[in-house]
Amino acid sequence: MITEEITLEGHIIDSLILSKVLDEILAYGAEYRIKDIQVGQTRDDRTFARVEVGAKDRAALSEVIARIARHGATVIAAEDVRLVPAEKDGVFPEGFYSTTNQRTAVRHEGVWYDVLDQEMDCGIVFDAARRRFRCIPVADIKAGDLVVVGYRGVKVTPLDRGHKAGVFEFMASAVSSEKPKNVIIRQIAERMKAVRQSEKKILLVGGPAIVHTGSAHHVVRLIENGYVDVLFAGNALAAHDIEQALYGTSLGVYMDRAIPAETGHEHHLRAINTIRRYGSFKAAIEAGVLTSGIMHAVVTHEVDFVLAGSIRDDGPLPEVITDSLAAQAAMRRHIGSIGFALMIATTLHSVATGNLLPADVPVVCVDINPAVATKLADRGSFQTVGLVTDVEPFLRELLAELE
Amino acid sequence: MPTLLMCPPTYFDIEYEINPWMSRLRGANARLAEAQWTHLRDTLSGPVGARLEMIEPRPGLPDLVFTANAGLVVGKRVILSRFRFPARSGEEPVFKEWFTAHGFEVIELPADIFFEGAGDALFCGDQLFCGYHFRSEIRSHDEIAKLLGRRILSLQLTDPRFYHLDTCFCPLQPGQAMYYPPAFDEYARRVLAANVPDLIAVCEADALRFGCNAVCVDRHVVLPAGCTTLVGELCGRGYRVHPVNLSEYLKSGGSAKCLTLRLD
Repeated sequence: MITEEITLEGHIIDSLILSKVLDEILAYGAEYRIKDIQVGQTRDDRTFARVEVGAKDRAALSEVIARIARHGATVIAAEDVRLVPAEKDGVFPEGFYSTTNQRTAVRHEGVWYDVLDQEMDCGIVFDAARRRFRCIPVADIKAGDLVVVGYRGVKVTPLDRGHKAGVFEFMASAVSSEKPKNVIIRQIAERMKAVRQSEKKILLVGGPAIVHTGSAHHVVRLIENGYVDVLFAGNALAAHDIEQALYGTSLGVYMDRAIPAETGHEHHLRAINTIRRYGSFKAAIEAGVLTSGIMHAVVTHEVDFVLAGSIRDDGPLPEVITDSLAAQAAMRRHIGSIGFALMIATTLHSVATGNLLPADVPVVCVDINPAVATKLADRGSFQTVGLVTDVEPFLRELLAELE
Repeated sequence: MPTLLMCPPTYFDIEYEINPWMSRLRGANARLAEAQWTHLRDTLSGPVGARLEMIEPRPGLPDLVFTANAGLVVGKRVILSRFRFPARSGEEPVFKEWFTAHGFEVIELPADIFFEGAGDALFCGDQLFCGYHFRSEIRSHDEIAKLLGRRILSLQLTDPRFYHLDTCFCPLQPGQAMYYPPAFDEYARRVLAANVPDLIAVCEADALRFGCNAVCVDRHVVLPAGCTTLVGELCGRGYRVHPVNLSEYLKSGGSAKCLTLRLD
């Protein structure tokens, strides 16, 4: 399907010109999509419509456009992108095109190319040898790389928010603690089942509150049932998970009795130290030291994981990536395969992941703090469904729906 | 008293062929053309009671006689025509000069947009109808809508013999008009039906005599001779009908309305 955008202006509704143009497009076996319409409010106001016309090939498209041009349809002239070489490593040329997380295409030498590795807040680089365009973070640009500059020749296709009825369509970006959670959780479960059946992967982004709230065993069940393919987290989730595995406490509080342990505040550091002694989670498991918990399930079920460090980390645990750019790069390597993202009780890692995901990946963000889901939506990840709730009842109900 | 602009047919002839009516093999009879035009002029100034303004004819511009195509007059503004065929574009500066000299604000459309004045733009009451396809382009309609800040209803013409809107549509009074339905596409017919409550359909024979190319001033209708059915229709509605033989002008694809331009 080859498409071109046209505009139509004037008293096109009362004159039936819009109907006529749309009818002619269909009569000719082509298709249309109204991209924008601003209808005049009074009798004398003019109407503006922007319509995408699609036909099976270039010749058919040219013919249908010639037909509707008689009725005032004007093709929005498409131009090639402007490519400017980066002047130095890690710096985009002035006026570079800054990406969104929406599906994007660029026109080069008269041909439209889909941009690969779609990610917001990047630039678009042209790989001349492989004739392809992809998103690239500023830190990865090399002097001489050809970068798209300006908006010319760039076409962004916004995600259609309303064509299917479902929680990911009609509730997208609405964050509220007053949603009927059982309905939403059932739909989340259905989506996860569908993704598990597909070639795409389910990503869990989790914070330590999963452990503090006594939900670690729910996550273990999710992993055992094949509902987690990739885990993104920080040092803290793993540290408290291991603290619980080794000492039965999280932040020094006994999980079964909810009372603080004597010298409990030392537990997490001792847990970290133990794993550091073995050098890796795997080694600790093989030594029979680590026998339960999320990290145990992750390693034994061969779930891919990226633990990204932060400035306040104790330890950190082995395998925590403390170089932020290296951590971003490690996360990026998994992004292309993700079909669903479940973000639980972590602001930092949720926002970081939201920045990397293209807009068409559904995201569920569960947090007791409405600000987290809102923040994610504000960052442009508007495919986010926000659930304001405590983690433990959410996971319990989700598991019940999945099983 | 309404004012009409006319141009004496001193240089009128068939010198080129830009519509299906014109044939250089069938030139105009100058004496007959002069007599027919004079009859029209006298009918308009006499029994109809219109005030007439004249523009001086120019050699080499045989169609200057069709003043309806000078432009679209709205109050003291005129949107000047931009003819599709180069044969007529020489008329543009002549009309511009006349309008300027007579105190009109002259508005010119962008150079690449064809628009043929009151030939393709007619008010029915305060609703402006504009024709497109053979001569004027629909793009001109939106330019005019922007200039005037009012609604324009665009009508597609489909029969090359009725190449201007005023050859197949004639407003008589607010909400009432006569028209020749087959000259319009289906959408235009629907637009007319929705916006003109009393539409008088003209039969093919009268339409081909250019019965729709009539001049209507109050209750007077001046139309080409021979439109018998239409005359009956109009008389039945209380109009005073004045048939005028304009056979020499039909050879050029014009008639009574084409030979006049309403200036107020």
